[in-house]
Amino acid sequence: METTALQHIASQVRRDIVRMVAGVNSGHPGGSLGCTDFLTLLYFDQLHHDAENFTMDGIGQDLFFLSNGHISPVWYSVLARAGYFPVNELGTFRKLSTRLQGHPSTDKKLPGIRMASGSLGQGLSVAIGAAQVKRLNKDNHLVYCLHGDGELQEGQIWEAAMYASARKVDNVIATIDCNGRQIDGDVDDVISLGDLHAKWAAFGWEVLTMDGHNFTDMKNTLAKAKSLCGHGKPVVILMKTEMGQGVDYMMGSHKWHGVAPNPAQLEDALGQLEETLGDY
Amino acid sequence: MTEFEILGNKDTRSGFGEGLAELGRANENVVALCADLTGSLKMDAFQKENPERFFQVGIAEANMISLAAGMTIGGKIPFTGTFANFSTGRVYDQIRQSVAYSRKNVKICASHAGLTLGEDGATHQILEDIGMMKMLPNMTVIVPADHNQTKQATIAIAAHEGPVYLRFGRPVMPIFVKPDAKFIIGKADVLTEGTDVTIIACGHLVWKSIEALKALEEAGISVELINMHTIKPLDIDAIMKSVGKTGCVVTAEEHMLNGGLGDSVAQFLSRTSPVPQEYVAVNDTFGESGTPMELMTKYGIDTQDVVNAVHKVLARKNA
Repeated sequence: METTALQHIASQVRRDIVRMVAGVNSGHPGGSLGCTDFLTLLYFDQLHHDAENFTMDGIGQDLFFLSNGHISPVWYSVLARAGYFPVNELGTFRKLSTRLQGHPSTDKKLPGIRMASGSLGQGLSVAIGAAQVKRLNKDNHLVYCLHGDGELQEGQIWEAAMYASARKVDNVIATIDCNGRQIDGDVDDVISLGDLHAKWAAFGWEVLTMDGHNFTDMKNTLAKAKSLCGHGKPVVILMKTEMGQGVDYMMGSHKWHGVAPNPAQLEDALGQLEETLGDY
Repeated sequence: MTEFEILGNKDTRSGFGEGLAELGRANENVVALCADLTGSLKMDAFQKENPERFFQVGIAEANMISLAAGMTIGGKIPFTGTFANFSTGRVYDQIRQSVAYSRKNVKICASHAGLTLGEDGATHQILEDIGMMKMLPNMTVIVPADHNQTKQATIAIAAHEGPVYLRFGRPVMPIFVKPDAKFIIGKADVLTEGTDVTIIACGHLVWKSIEALKALEEAGISVELINMHTIKPLDIDAIMKSVGKTGCVVTAEEHMLNGGLGDSVAQFLSRTSPVPQEYVAVNDTFGESGTPMELMTKYGIDTQDVVNAVHKVLARKNA
């Protein structure tokens, strides 16, 4: 898909995000806006998937797991815009009896979701397990997962990282949303991750980097990541993003990690984001 | 006098190992994961026969549980194996989010449960695991009584769709369940029929209760002994039917009094037909090093404790 078409979708997804969180005065806009370009590219250009015929087992398809489940608004919007469920359902986000729970879940059977997430650090293990089953099933499709950089403070991530390289799980592509922010402040201030590139390399992963707001760079990097699959090593992409990308007052700090805009702030945000596909 | 034929002496974990090996041969969707305790869990046969379906994860139980949850996607039936302590308390959040809430078809198989782990001491002797697991929605909790029943339960849970916690142990104990007995999840085994008192036991305490029968019958007490191998879902019909006859109950388990089998029985009876109940269970204390049998005696979950509890509950009933 052309970059302009992807930007077109991403603008609408960003509108959806700010409207969803403002609608219930809760949720996580910052990381959602930061990962909008990546998830738009993934679902509209990269994944081999079937939005209209979702199956839990996903046999013969690529799989995606969102480990940092708090950025559910961007995932829900992208899933809806990609055809997994009606776009109007975005208006039920976080409301009683919704399928769009605050953090993603499977128990309400929302198409597109294969695992609950929200308690951090579990999704890499889940993705690796699913990837190993793809191998057992002789299914050559790939497993993708997305994590926050703050999430890497969870020890289980590194259990999974060690395991995947020891077991040569080479059909998984993990992406880290490196926005450098977390709830309490900058990641470097809360608990520094140190040299992340060197850490993943030392754990035996192929390490790539990309600009999470540059579609050309992301396409090239994902092409490279896919070409590295099947060669005995798992692949991780360190994706540089800006928390709050697309809404000027949300960028440049951690403050919009988990805060919803008020009505005036919502108007301000929507004024910066073109309505391209029609609001829900 | 009620006689139980002792069919042999084996540990329940070996029953798990044999059941898993049979599953490996019969069902290609069964996969197994172990956190560096393959020998202790008796998973060697499965590993040897199905190397491509066995996943050694090392000492990383959190990773193991979440890997297992991921492996259900694509149709596999993962069995995880480690000690009960590391199968539950250490990984509660992983089980809660990725297994129970996500309703994944993972079988959490937990050995060395309770005091009878023995000499390793309280760090490893978990007595809270039944409580933690039964509180989780979607979770089935099974505590088989002997080697044969553990094997039968292992095979049965593969055919059950949904999360299961299977709890078994380390010590060699008498075998009394027939090798061809049918294991039905949620359907208790009535071992003796009686009219004076109901004993509801699980795990190793079923054998201890069988041992207690001798002294009780000599004292002229008619005992209905129920092997409640499934803690959740609880066989409330069996409880109602039995307690309706006897009017009092003793529960017996190798677990903390808070949150265990007795707790489930009391919760049910208190809402339907309250009767005097006495507990044979560990009461709000950690264990310690010792032989399994020494510990059962010291912590009040031995044969004599079952006998004493029956006398106590009968005195209350007849007061």
